[in-house]
Amino acid sequence: MKQLNYIKLEFPARSVNEGFARAAAAAFAAQMDPTMEELGDIRTAVSEAVTNAIVHAYPDAVGLVQMRMRILAGDVLEIMVRDKGRGIPDVAKAMEPMYSTGGEERSGMGFTIMGSFMDGLRVRSAVDRGTTVTMRKRIRTKEPA
Amino acid sequence: MKVTSSYQDGRLTLFLQGELDHHQAAAALKKIARTVDDYLPQDCVVDMGGLTFMDSSGIALILKISRLMDQSGGRAWVVNAKNQPLKVIDASGIDRMIKVEV
Ligand SMILES: Nc1ncnc2c1ncn2[C@@H]1O[C@H](COP(=O)(O)OP(=O)(O)O)[C@@H](O)[C@H]1O
Ligand SMILES: [Mg+2]
Repeated sequence: MKQLNYIKLEFPARSVNEGFARAAAAAFAAQMDPTMEELGDIRTAVSEAVTNAIVHAYPDAVGLVQMRMRILAGDVLEIMVRDKGRGIPDVAKAMEPMYSTGGEERSGMGFTIMGSFMDGLRVRSAVDRGTTVTMRKRIRTKEPA
Repeated sequence: MKVTSSYQDGRLTLFLQGELDHHQAAAALKKIARTVDDYLPQDCVVDMGGLTFMDSSGIALILKISRLMDQSGGRAWVVNAKNQPLKVIDASGIDRMIKVEV
């Protein structure tokens, strides 16, 4: 698929970066002229994916989180969030609503929300090697006013 | 984010403002748990009218408040959520576990 523009970011897995990642995603997506609702969807999905990398991937260290966003032909925004952390042993199970290994500060609804706010969600993971979450959303160009 | 509260006649209202994510949730919960403990209210109204953003960390927070209130024999519900926070609430299906007034 033809790539029209992209950004790559890398930051340590610290929770203070969750807000930064959302803001960066919204700033990059702005060039596609999304609606307020679409921007909210993008911010939400990024928050979920980045928070997972921060909360779940690195239990004993502060590892790195990579985020790549690109614009593909046909007004499609692709967001990839990658960590090199502990990985997910059973991805299908992890993606079930309410499933969480994170204790009561987590809801287990992260993947469910990513799936419902974006048009595509793919999770690839290997134990002790890391997790890559790739999401796509078609931005429906606004009607001319 | 910011949490403020008001109390009258057995009803505690919590006003959540700003962005509620995992980074903010722990401090918010600490403050809320302390406030609930201070007043031991019958009802706890979680007013989300001032929230500009919430992710699933907010869902976990709502469920936790609901459990806190269950333990003390009271009840909790959510009011005034709109836009992005309301969409997250809808997608999560928590309105089957806690009342959500819009
Ligand atoms: N990047 C990751 N690295 C390791 N485990 C993960 C990662 N992302 C998700 N998981 C696992 O998948 C589960 C479900 O994730 P999610 O739906 O976001 O719910 P929550 O974050 O509330 O637990 C997590 O509890 C965790 O076990
Ligand atoms: Mg999560």
